[in-house]
Amino acid sequence: MTEKKLAIIATKGTLDWAYPPFILASTASALGYDTQVFFTFYGLQLLRKKLNLKVSPLGNPGMPMPLGMDKWFPVIGTALPGMESVMSAMMRKKMKAKGVATIEELRDLCIEADVKMIACQMTVDLFDFTPSEFIDGIEYGGAATFFEFAGESDICLYV
Amino acid sequence: MTGFDQELDASGLNCPLPILRAKKTLSSMESGKILRIIATDPGSVKDFEAFSKQTGNELLESAEDGGKYMFLLRKG
Repeated sequence: MTEKKLAIIATKGTLDWAYPPFILASTASALGYDTQVFFTFYGLQLLRKKLNLKVSPLGNPGMPMPLGMDKWFPVIGTALPGMESVMSAMMRKKMKAKGVATIEELRDLCIEADVKMIACQMTVDLFDFTPSEFIDGIEYGGAATFFEFAGESDICLYV
Repeated sequence: MTGFDQELDASGLNCPLPILRAKKTLSSMESGKILRIIATDPGSVKDFEAFSKQTGNELLESAEDGGKYMFLLRKG
């Protein structure tokens, strides 16, 4: 059986949207897929050594909130200072209680499973990131680098 | 119940951790050996079936008992 390939583009840098790329990449590796994730724009936040990911209820009417707040709490209230941190802390607590892995844990599992992680050079430069801010072992490349692998992939996802 | 060589308790863990832990444990085992997995994630029932089909580790048994799920995998 030839090895299947999974290519993922990770473009989002929030706590909730950090999950799909790392869950899928780690699981695919466990299933024997050769996996690459290309991090671009806000997805670059997921490569930081020290993660500080947040989730925001603002502009996200689909996000369930405690005490049914998503039904009655005024949207403008979710824009109050500190709200993002409070919601993020609550989300983290809930995830822990439900046995959901942390992003750090999933990312470590991906590294262990030799998932290749590529940082988009253009957006690294755009946002003035320095390689020392990112975890070790990642590579840098552009769109053509992505297609080299993605063009031969069996599954290609944009997150 | 069938015997087993190694056991993995994935109770309290949610998707995809039971699968990832199982994979890790299997990789340290010899071919033909049997791994028993305990999980509480209801999604793990379908996931272990799918894992077995895709990896060639045979799912010998899948059972549920009062919210606990038990799987027997033979390393392929």
